[in-house]
Amino acid sequence: MQKLASAIQDMAKKLLEEKKVDLVVGFAGGSLPLRSTPCFIRKPEDAEKLTWDYSCENNLANYLRKREGKVAVVAKGCDVRSIVALINENQVSRDNLYIIGIPCSGMVDRVKADEAVEGKDLLAVEENGGSLILKGKGFSKEVKLDELLHDTCKVCRYGNPVVYDTIIGDTVPDKAEDSFADVAAFESLSPAERRAALAAEFSKCIRCYACRNACPMCYCTECFVDCSSPEWIKKSTDTADNIMFQAGRVFHSAGRCADCGACDRACPMGINLRGMTRKMVKEVKDLFGYETGVGMGEKPALATFTAGDPEPFLVKE
Amino acid sequence: MIIAKNALPGLLDKLAAEYEVYAPVKQGAYSLYKQICNGAEADFGYVNSKIPPKGILFPQSEKLYSYSVTGEGTSLEECVDTRKKVIFGIRPCDAKSLLLMDNVFNNDKFQDPYYLTRRSNTILVGMACNDPAGTCFCTSMDGGPFDQSGLDLLLTDIGEAYVVEAVSQKGKDLAAALALGAADDSQKAAAAEARESAEVACAVNTVGLKARLDVNFYDPIWEKFHEKCLGCAACTYSCPTCHCFDIVDEAKDCNGCRVRNWDSCMFPLFTLHGSGHNPRTSGKERMRQRIMHKFKYFVDNFNATACVGCGRCIKNCPVNLDVREVLADIRGSEARSDK
Repeated sequence: MQKLASAIQDMAKKLLEEKKVDLVVGFAGGSLPLRSTPCFIRKPEDAEKLTWDYSCENNLANYLRKREGKVAVVAKGCDVRSIVALINENQVSRDNLYIIGIPCSGMVDRVKADEAVEGKDLLAVEENGGSLILKGKGFSKEVKLDELLHDTCKVCRYGNPVVYDTIIGDTVPDKAEDSFADVAAFESLSPAERRAALAAEFSKCIRCYACRNACPMCYCTECFVDCSSPEWIKKSTDTADNIMFQAGRVFHSAGRCADCGACDRACPMGINLRGMTRKMVKEVKDLFGYETGVGMGEKPALATFTAGDPEPFLVKE
Repeated sequence: MIIAKNALPGLLDKLAAEYEVYAPVKQGAYSLYKQICNGAEADFGYVNSKIPPKGILFPQSEKLYSYSVTGEGTSLEECVDTRKKVIFGIRPCDAKSLLLMDNVFNNDKFQDPYYLTRRSNTILVGMACNDPAGTCFCTSMDGGPFDQSGLDLLLTDIGEAYVVEAVSQKGKDLAAALALGAADDSQKAAAAEARESAEVACAVNTVGLKARLDVNFYDPIWEKFHEKCLGCAACTYSCPTCHCFDIVDEAKDCNGCRVRNWDSCMFPLFTLHGSGHNPRTSGKERMRQRIMHKFKYFVDNFNATACVGCGRCIKNCPVNLDVREVLADIRGSEARSDK
């Protein structure tokens, strides 16, 4: 990880010195254990702030729209998929972007770390081979790194960036096809059980909109939830409206969601948002054989058509 | 006075018969203050709650009144919550935040009946912090892990029991009604020791901060803080002192209600005018507002900082935007020191 960080620093420094880019978007060390923080480097001498490890969970594609000048971005596999999706939607110009691709074997889920120490205050983390030692006042617990990874990372097949200008780090091994077992489990529930499961999850929502704002694909000038005429959903917190908000968001990102998990990671209340987003990812994959952000120049699934598109919703059996 | 830990669930049951009792309840890896029906639901193995208990007195969505229009005329029903409440296990920082909020809801210009009625009907039973979190900086914000400000009773965990101190008359009355036994000398000594050994490791130097904020509204420093900010409300909704709200009417046909909802200065919608003009056009102005409101405007208005150092905004921020670092940058270097 240290080697990777210094290679990223060197690359950022070189790009800024040679004036190939005006800005490098990457990660710096954070102020909490298991936490890196997005950072913006404009001077070559500041490149040393850049870092890389298993705590770089944010999707930096979110910071690339509406930028002037040339920008380099330190991007793991899922960030690159979102970048490709944004380029395909004409939101980011490929010509002004320099992608420093980082093969990624997964990021740590702090909720899982908190669960591992039963909600006690985590003060420090040490690496020990393939494990992390989680430490706080009066406790020290060793947990396998693999067990702490985000669920997104566990099923991600695009750890290796699909597009890049330069790549730093060793490629990660390919993974088996995603079985969408979590979605299948949800689908197997009765309608009443599904409703209960969603209500239990979304009763926790505080409508801080961290999920929406963390999503690189949620870039509407006016989000439907902020619209007052018509008022699509109530401004008050209410479980049914909380579900409507997520459902609207998920439908709006159909064929656009790269399953990066940024929404899920941003949620302060630990709501399982991927339960819904992945259902849509699976639908789009099953219906159109389409995966978001893996092919440059592809039209988003719902922005195009082919004669062979299935139309099950038109057929009444 | 003393409460044995094994007697606490029974005591909470007894309280719940007379009051709405709110206590920390585990929800996954974190705790939230929730109304409990029986004492066994409460879990005091918490550092602090994910979201502050301010919502018990100032709910995120609060119906102010409901109305209906019929052939006979218009009827209106005001919704003032007069139920008696106990917040059991509130941390000293959160109790202090309510004293700060009192300034907003009870001053020369305004007296808010919704908040104030709840406030006067609520008893605050505090739980001292033997082990403050790494993100706590209450001692830098005029508070402390054993601070009694705003509390009615203060409990100190001594292992097998809680030593109870009455802080206010309300607290004394509650203790008398519960017929709490007296603590012996060794128990009192254990509580004193806990108080001595409680350490808030993080310090935020605020000397000169207000003076800087008085003059730096146009300072280029505001250009940088917001760059990574997502503009969500994770910080403001998890802040025990943030109190901004928005009032909306929710109506269907001839029936409706007026609702007060939490609002956040981090949202573009917060200051959007009906004309379409927005005086706070970007994250820069919004971030500046959040910091200014807490550390300058509130001080100007009420002679107190609108931050109690609970650290929730630090823990909940999805991009690790740390208010301690922002304050340090505003003051200049060396404003923050981890002991």
